[in-house]
Amino acid sequence: MRIMLVDDDRVRLQQVEQALAAAGDEVIVRLDSRADLLQAVQRYSPDVILIDIDAPGRDTLESLNRISLDCPRPIVMFTDDGDTDTIRRAVRAGVSAYVVAGLNAERLKPIVDVAIARFHEHQSLKRELDEAKTRLADRRDVERAKGLLMQRRKLNETDAYELLRKMAMDRNLKIGEAARALIAAAELL
Amino acid sequence: MTPLMLEKPALRVGVVPLADAVPIVVAQAKGFFARHGLDVEITLEHAWAAVRDKLSADRLDAAQMLAPMPLAATLGIDAVPTPMVAALTLNLNGNAIVVSNALHERLSAMRHSEEIGALGWAQALKRLIESDRAGGRPQLVFSHVYTYSAHHYELRYWLAAGGIRPDYDLNLIVVPPPLAVAQLAAGRIDGFCVGAPWGDVAERAGVGRRIVSKYQIWNNSPEKVLGVTRAWAEANPNTHLALVSALIEASRWLDQAENRAEAARLLAETGYLEAAPECITAALAPRAPDHPLGQGLVFHAGAAGFPWVSQARWFVEQMQRWQQVLKTVDAAQTAAAVYRPDIYRAAAARVGVSAPTVDYKSEGEHRLPWQLDGTDGVIDMGPDCLLDAALYRAK
Repeated sequence: MRIMLVDDDRVRLQQVEQALAAAGDEVIVRLDSRADLLQAVQRYSPDVILIDIDAPGRDTLESLNRISLDCPRPIVMFTDDGDTDTIRRAVRAGVSAYVVAGLNAERLKPIVDVAIARFHEHQSLKRELDEAKTRLADRRDVERAKGLLMQRRKLNETDAYELLRKMAMDRNLKIGEAARALIAAAELL
Repeated sequence: MTPLMLEKPALRVGVVPLADAVPIVVAQAKGFFARHGLDVEITLEHAWAAVRDKLSADRLDAAQMLAPMPLAATLGIDAVPTPMVAALTLNLNGNAIVVSNALHERLSAMRHSEEIGALGWAQALKRLIESDRAGGRPQLVFSHVYTYSAHHYELRYWLAAGGIRPDYDLNLIVVPPPLAVAQLAAGRIDGFCVGAPWGDVAERAGVGRRIVSKYQIWNNSPEKVLGVTRAWAEANPNTHLALVSALIEASRWLDQAENRAEAARLLAETGYLEAAPECITAALAPRAPDHPLGQGLVFHAGAAGFPWVSQARWFVEQMQRWQQVLKTVDAAQTAAAVYRPDIYRAAAARVGVSAPTVDYKSEGEHRLPWQLDGTDGVIDMGPDCLLDAALYRAK
C-alpha cells in the first residue's frame, strides 16, 4: 500500500513511518503541511493519505475528494487529542479516521486498515446510490421520450420504444442518454 | 445590565489566520469577554475542516466560521451532519479576486473599452477562455478557500455573470490563502478568491493583481459568522448570549475609525495572523469612499452583525444552484433554523445596540445608503447591490 504522510512533527512522522514499514506498508512521500498537496497527490498517486488534523492542506484534500469522482482517496488524520469520542465520530462519518499521537505500532496498522475499508464501503454505497438515481432518471426520461415520439410520429407505445432503442443503438448510446438527447432536441424545436 | 448565570464561563474559541478574526481578538484584548464574565482561550486553527470537526466533537465551544459553513454542516453535506447555529455575523466584505500578472496582462489587452468594473473583467475573461479553447491552450485554474465558503459562491457568481460556466470552462480548486500566494507566484494557479489581507499580500509581493472585490459582487454581504453547534447553544443559552454581547461590543469598538490602527497592531502583536504589519494595517484601514474596490471590512455599521435569515437562504440557494444540495431541500426553513436573529436581538439589547426588527431583507434594492427601523432607533444601512443588478426578494 502506498502511503503519503503530511505532518510538521518530525518525531511523530518518524514513529509513524517506522510503524507502517514494520507492517509492510510503503511510505512514498513525507511532506510538511505547507507543501503543495494538489501537485503531490497527482504526482505520487497514493492509496491513502495520513495528515495532521491541523494541517492547512486538509481543506484542499477534502475538496479534491469532492471534485475528483474518479479517484477519491481515504484520508486518515493524526491528532494529539486523545479523546476517543472525536475518533468515534470521525470513523462513523465513513470517510476518515483519526490516529492518536503516540499510538504504538501494533495499533496503528489496524486503524489505517479500518479507515480504508470504511472509505471503500462508503464509496461503493455512494456509487450504488448514484446508479439508482440514474436508473430512476432513465425510466422517467424514456417515458417522456416515448410520449414525444408517440405524439409527433403518431406511433403506438411499442413502436415508439423500438424506435428509441434503435436510435440509441445507432448512436452507441444508452437508452436513457438517447431519451435525454431526444428531449433536448424537442425542446430546441 | 443584569449579570447572566453562565452555564460555562471558560470557553475555547477558534480563529483562523485572517484579518476578520479581529473581533474575537479585540474582544479578548480589550476586555469585552471579561466584562461579560467570560474566560476565553483563543485557539488558532489552520483549516476550515479542522474548525468544523472540533466544533462537532466539542473540542471548541465556538469558532469563526465561513458564513455558509453552519448551513452546510446542518444540511449534512459537509462530513458528519451536525446542526449548527449562527447568531452573529462577524464581518461584511473583505474578499478579493486576484489574478496572476500574466493573466492580468492578457485580460487588460482583451478588455473592450465599454467593459468596466467587475462585470467587465468577467466578460473579458469569457472571451479569453474561448480563444484559449480555440487555440488548444490548457484550461485556467482558479482557487477559493473552501467548498462551502462565500468566496466559492462569489467566484461562481462573478464567472456566471460573465457567461462563464464554472464547472466546464475552467478548473476550480481549494487552496488555503497563505499557500495560494505561493501557488500564484509559482504559476500553478492563474487566480484566486481569498479573504483579507491575502489579496493585498499577493499584490505587494508583485505576484498578482486584485481585479474584483467581494463588495463589487455583492455590496456589504456577510463573510464570517460566529458558529456553535445547536446542541451547545441549547445547553448554554446564557453563555451564548454573553459571548454574542461581548462580540457586538468589540465590533462596535472596531467600527470607530480611530480604533482601526490599534486593532491592526493587536492582531499583528498577538501573532494570530502571520502577515506583514503593513498588510494587516491596510486590510483594517477604513477605505476612502471612491476606492476602486469599494468598501472594505465592516464589523458593526449598518447592522453588520445581524444574521439575516434571507442572506442564509441566499447561500442555501447557491448550494442548490451549483448542485451541492438537492433542489427539494427547504432553503427558507434551513436558513431560519441556523441563522438566529432572535439571539442577536437579545444580545444587542444587553449592550444598547439597535437591531433590525425583521429577519428578512431584500438585496439589490439599495444603491445608496438607506435607513431601517430598529429595536432602539433608526439604523443607517449601506448599499446592497449585486454585480448583475439582480433583485433578491426578502421572502
